[in-house]
Amino acid sequence: MINIFEVNETNKMIEQENLDVRTITMGISLLDCIDADLQQVNRKVYEKITRLARNLVETGEEISREFGIPVVNKRISVTPIALIGGAACKAPEDFVTLAETLDQAAKEVGVNFIGGYSAMVSKGMTKADEMLIRSIPEALACTERVCSSVNLGSTKTGINMDAVKLMGEIVLATANATKDQDSLGCAKLVVFCNAPDDNPFMAGAFHGVTEADAIINVGVSGPGVVKTALEKVRGKDFEVLCETIKKTAFKVTRVGQLVAKEASKRLGIPFGIVDLSLAPTPAIGDSVADILHEIGVEYAGAPGTTAALALLNDQVKKGGVMASSYVGGLSGAFIPVSEDQGMIDAVKANALTLEKLEAMTCVCSVGLDMIAIPGDTKATTISGIIADECAIGMVNQKTTAVRLIPVIGKGVGETVEFGGLLGYAPIMPVNPYSCDAFVNRGGRIPAPIHSFKN
Amino acid sequence: MKKTIISVVGQDTVGIIAKVCTYLAENNINILDISQTIIDGYFNMMMITDTSRSEKKLDQISTELAEIGKEIGVVIHAQHEDIFTKMHRI
Repeated sequence: MINIFEVNETNKMIEQENLDVRTITMGISLLDCIDADLQQVNRKVYEKITRLARNLVETGEEISREFGIPVVNKRISVTPIALIGGAACKAPEDFVTLAETLDQAAKEVGVNFIGGYSAMVSKGMTKADEMLIRSIPEALACTERVCSSVNLGSTKTGINMDAVKLMGEIVLATANATKDQDSLGCAKLVVFCNAPDDNPFMAGAFHGVTEADAIINVGVSGPGVVKTALEKVRGKDFEVLCETIKKTAFKVTRVGQLVAKEASKRLGIPFGIVDLSLAPTPAIGDSVADILHEIGVEYAGAPGTTAALALLNDQVKKGGVMASSYVGGLSGAFIPVSEDQGMIDAVKANALTLEKLEAMTCVCSVGLDMIAIPGDTKATTISGIIADECAIGMVNQKTTAVRLIPVIGKGVGETVEFGGLLGYAPIMPVNPYSCDAFVNRGGRIPAPIHSFKN
Repeated sequence: MKKTIISVVGQDTVGIIAKVCTYLAENNINILDISQTIIDGYFNMMMITDTSRSEKKLDQISTELAEIGKEIGVVIHAQHEDIFTKMHRI
């Protein structure tokens, strides 16, 4: 029988340490909405999403009240739109109509984001893929809730450098298209290497073609809970440290598993996966950087940070895996800059640079995330940064991602404010030297030797 | 049977248990177990209850109990027991 101390511990985690379920994401396959007529595609897409996700938000809130655990976001991911619009779209503008339809559907059912305005181009681009990519700046400027992602490489295929080059230009064009809102469009655009099919977190969520017709994926959170647990073992050795993280991750993930199963049952849609990620928010006490500080580095970025993060990431997985029947998505520690007060403080103190962040992405999920850079950064430089990050993912057989925000009209030292969960960020300096000749070569980087496991 | 855990935390004052129990009786909610203690000077009570014969849904019970808590200056939660059993039991 549950005792009073266990009840208190759980409620303290929720009330004081920001334990929550970060997102219930419903994945919806749109493959059966494909049609040669654009109007028909738009109609079918809208109907399918609004039919399946009709009760998503209400169910999430009901579960939240009954179990006393906040379910912060209710979201939708769909099949990459490049596949859905391929037969009907003749120009980038045609794809934009699909983005508008997704936005309307999201507003109708009340979700705050819908992901899947995406193209999978890890080896090559079809005409439709390229048109979708070229439509991204306009699509993100004229919609509010649509998120876009592009997969540029994988361990099995290598890196599509033509697409990497194009995406550098697209990131910059998206920044320009949304410059009135401090280039907010780029916060909704992410590029990947080894993108998972079942990621519930935005901006990179899409419903992969390997998935069923509809699925419920859940992303948990809880940096504050881990930090508080670690405060009690200050000065203890690594064994104690790791055991504490594992136990905490187990408890946090069990809540995610419970909510996922419950949502799945009530919505009549199969349970997919729980994503074990430690996802920070700008709220005080909800920071991954604060955990690193508690482990023993003065600021995120100080020597020792990469090792501390590697340890944290691994223990979160070890604790979480046993707590859930199916684990997937990105599962690890997120290190976005603008969404984590501790990371922002580290940048302001000059403890954290873009290069150190890149090193940190080698040992955690996911990548260079929510980093504001000067608006006059060259497209080829952005492509170069993307290529570096893709190479880390490709060689280490892990997911990596880049979500950079070149803030048009602002430079190093200034701050950009996105608001809400997206937070705010000081603009970070970028290495000023050129990689034009590298990016302009064209073609693709072959798959690494260890991809040949047959 | 659907068990609901009701927890009350706050400054000790006259009539907390009476107020909560009155609500439970009015709504046909059976109390299976009560434990109460003082932690760090704060009143802490936990009840294991059976809400299956109540006409109200847990959703509503939880909201109404939270309101009663506000009236008497304590925090009251009514939560499905699964959140605790899943977290604390393998």
